[in-house]
Amino acid sequence: MCLAIPGKIKSIESQYDGLVRIAKVSFGGIIKEASLEMVPHAKVEDYVLVHVGVAISVVDEDEARKTFQYLKEMGEVEEELNISEMLPDDI
Amino acid sequence: MKFLTEYRSPELAERYLEEIKKTVTRPWTIMEVCGGQTHSLVKNGILNMLPPEINMVHGPGCPVCVTPINLIDKALYLAEEKGVILCSFGDMLRVPGSEKSLLQAKAGGADVRILYSPLEAVKLAKENPDKEVVFFAVGFETTAPANALSVIHAHRLGLHNYSILASHVLVPPAIEAVMNDEESNIEAFLAAGHVCTIMGIDEYYPLVDKFRIPMVVTGFEPVDLLQGILMTVKQLEAGEAKVENQYSRVVRSEGNPEAIKVIEKVFQINDREWRGIGTIPMSGYEVRKEFAAFDANLKFDVQIEKTPESEECIAGLVLKGIKKPNECPQFGKKCKPEMPLGAPMVSSEGACAAYYHFHQAIQDLEMVNV
Ligand code: SF4
Repeated sequence: MCLAIPGKIKSIESQYDGLVRIAKVSFGGIIKEASLEMVPHAKVEDYVLVHVGVAISVVDEDEARKTFQYLKEMGEVEEELNISEMLPDDI
Repeated sequence: MKFLTEYRSPELAERYLEEIKKTVTRPWTIMEVCGGQTHSLVKNGILNMLPPEINMVHGPGCPVCVTPINLIDKALYLAEEKGVILCSFGDMLRVPGSEKSLLQAKAGGADVRILYSPLEAVKLAKENPDKEVVFFAVGFETTAPANALSVIHAHRLGLHNYSILASHVLVPPAIEAVMNDEESNIEAFLAAGHVCTIMGIDEYYPLVDKFRIPMVVTGFEPVDLLQGILMTVKQLEAGEAKVENQYSRVVRSEGNPEAIKVIEKVFQINDREWRGIGTIPMSGYEVRKEFAAFDANLKFDVQIEKTPESEECIAGLVLKGIKKPNECPQFGKKCKPEMPLGAPMVSSEGACAAYYHFHQAIQDLEMVNV
């Protein structure tokens, strides 16, 4: 449960009267919400490492793809995201 | 088990492995602190590939494994007797308390839910204003920002029915405790990449100074681990003790300042009991007074009697790297993932579960070591 999964920011919305930025992040097509409060500069199309619903760091696309593929092969992505669907191998 | 050729960059993995073999001239004992790294080392068969001189021992970095049994009993009490919606990560709900696990309580009718994020628990509280929602907030530094944020969000929303049962532990004091243990013979550490993504690497300099041991911040993929081990072995062979960062593509030396700010706003450092290990001074987070209304420990003042651990489980020795899981007499006999005697057999990051699931790989390893 200490893994962070890379995903791509699809859209960003404000909550709490604009105080909090919440993103829709795609993990191989599965969309989950993630708080962007720890990565204030992250924008749409960026890749972020997400840990239990919070983006903790922005990473480059190449790194994100390779890590995602590795975690996917290892069967860690579905477990970490708490989903039962099978995801594609690419982010 | 995977073969070297299947890795992200097989040539690189091969090269690191060759270089480790060339560099090492005598036995070394290295601890990886993080359970995620233990899992990766075992699952990817890396333990079998390393030269026999390198003894990797597995550390206490499995938050679920070190959560005290009476805190689990407390969560059970809240779910069963107080009728709260009790939620946490899947692994935490599977760990046995003194009588049962939270998932067993769920099967008996308690409202226990597996969530992906503590922020989902805040939503649950908003949608169920007539119910108390308690999030069992376990984790190391990596998870602390998310758990802290849930409190901040609940506070902003003016919720009165959300609280967290915090069981938060910290890596540097654990390293210190392991080093201070008389039985320990650890000579170097791989520090956990994702913990340092949050906290940075400054905390490790005093430890290196105090114990004169190498500390290499390392990622969790096979190539990362092999490179981290190589960097460690190079220091050891050269008689050096430094902080190095193998995982610099993700870890910045200052960590994530926004995350640290949020942690410090909600939590303060206190003494903490670690299951199997005992109390380690200043080794955990508790909710600050300002946010006491969100602290399940204060909100529900229940005194749970301490139950002793199963005497057959040697989890404490396993978590301190003194024994390997397969050296436990109960391993694979009385203790299996379906009926665990101790927490390290439950969580996917627990060393006992990792060894059990990849038993064949471990047996191969023993053949090599004989
Ligand atoms: S194998 Fe089971 S009984 Fe032995 S230390 Fe691990 S969890 Fe405890």
